[in-house]
Amino acid sequence: MQKYFHSVELEADKCCGCTNCLKRCPTEAIRVHDGKATILSERCIDCGECIRICPHRAKKAHSSTIEEIENYKIKVAIPAPALFGQFSNLDDIDIVLNGLRAIGFDFIFEVSRAAELVSEATRKLINEGKLNKPIISSACPAVVRLIKIRFPDLCDNVMPILAPMEIAARLARKEVKNQTGLPDEEIGVFFITPCAAKVTEVTSPTTGEKSACNGAIAISKIYPALTQAMEKLSVLEPIANSGLIGVGWATSGGESAAMLGDKYLAADGIENVIRVLEGLEDDKIRDVDFIELNACSGGCVGGVLTVENPYVAQARIQNLRKYLPISLNHLKDEELEEFMWKGELEFSGEGFRLDEDIFKAMDKMEQMEEICAGLPGLDCGSCGSPTCRAMAEDIVKGIAKEGDCIHKLKESIQHIYDHLKNTI
Amino acid sequence: MSAIHLRYEVPGDDFTRAGEASGAVKKRLKALGYNPDAIRRVAIAMYEAEINMVIHAEGGYCDVDIYPDRVEVLLADKGPGIPDVEKAMQAGFSTAPDNVRNLGFGAGMGLPNIKKYTDDMRIETEIGVGTNLYLTVKVNN
Repeated sequence: MQKYFHSVELEADKCCGCTNCLKRCPTEAIRVHDGKATILSERCIDCGECIRICPHRAKKAHSSTIEEIENYKIKVAIPAPALFGQFSNLDDIDIVLNGLRAIGFDFIFEVSRAAELVSEATRKLINEGKLNKPIISSACPAVVRLIKIRFPDLCDNVMPILAPMEIAARLARKEVKNQTGLPDEEIGVFFITPCAAKVTEVTSPTTGEKSACNGAIAISKIYPALTQAMEKLSVLEPIANSGLIGVGWATSGGESAAMLGDKYLAADGIENVIRVLEGLEDDKIRDVDFIELNACSGGCVGGVLTVENPYVAQARIQNLRKYLPISLNHLKDEELEEFMWKGELEFSGEGFRLDEDIFKAMDKMEQMEEICAGLPGLDCGSCGSPTCRAMAEDIVKGIAKEGDCIHKLKESIQHIYDHLKNTI
Repeated sequence: MSAIHLRYEVPGDDFTRAGEASGAVKKRLKALGYNPDAIRRVAIAMYEAEINMVIHAEGGYCDVDIYPDRVEVLLADKGPGIPDVEKAMQAGFSTAPDNVRNLGFGAGMGLPNIKKYTDDMRIETEIGVGTNLYLTVKVNN
């Protein structure tokens, strides 16, 4: 089995080898070699920033197609609440859910329903004092992966509860099985996803347990067919079954507000998230019980696979929530245990380590400091590494050479030129 | 034993830059595969000490030696010196001015915290001349 699966892929023929993604990647996971971008697998967190920035559309997320649902007898859609913010003049979530029904899904279960259960479970665990404070939300898979590879000390603070997507998939599957008596393999559960990280989460869950989802379809992929179907609806069946707490999870701050307390913090946008994690690691952020972190600006509505401007979507979500009851889903006692992670979040920082052996690592670091001091410090990215420091690291690791630096090259050409001029 | 030697200037008049040295050291310790608990202790102790230099001493410099089994840090400033070290070590004792406290610093936990997170801490201080703070964090990698 492949050790790391990533949903973010490169279409090599579209990549022209520019430095846009290289400079944007928050974990310095991209290198440009031989005119094409490559991803260092063990550093990638599938945040999707490279997809967002690429002017040539060479980066994409490998999500499922709508045709894939035909492989199953019963087709189940579990839409992320961010989907509801994608349509103008929408005043009823049921229009979207009936639209999903019209394009081929037999059964719909909103992820916002499971989000309400996660909120309740979190409140319960906090009250019982069973979690390490501050508790960091585990809902954004890009954030969880980031902590897993870069913040060893914070792994124990991540809330050990499955994300709403996974819980929704399990509950939907269970309900369909009860209703139809069909075996698992005939039921296809598809997450309607706003982001690339969730696609990865379906194929290769961070906690190691197999996902109850069979695939994840990008909101942007399903959008044209869905809007057309929504316009043609004549009857509306009542399907929607979540309150303002669940739907609020679509935007940054929604999950924290559901904690019903005031000692929380919500940060969104990957750079801000990193700043908060650094602060937590250094004990600079205190007096906070709960921390909600979303890799995308604005929260899930800012996901790279959405179609609408995240702030417009946010405003629409606020509007939709106005007339909803607070919460429509409540946790059964026996469910809590079921929703908890079975394993722990294990740190795996090998992507950032210089060597397994600390003595060798120290030698490499010494060389690296020396090489770095000789580089121009412009962080231009022309060599194919995102910064001069990263280039020094790549040289030490043997994946780059000093001659890749065009400024160094220019210097040596100048030397040769001067030398030739003096000899003539 | 070989060591990696690093030096950082700690600016004296800018709170927003305090923590740069501890951040840079933290990144390097992670790349070396240092024990996470030791990284945390080094980062917190250094950060507290950097803040102290900004609040009380108008900055200075910081020398870091990374060994495979320990990190040694010297934080040196040319500030006013500490008149009563024993008192300064008491939790809650602070001489920080109000404007600093308003920022959430100056709770009198700086030196006690540094002591708590390090394996060895030594202060050399002279009134009107400055303070040298020596820290050691040991680690079993």
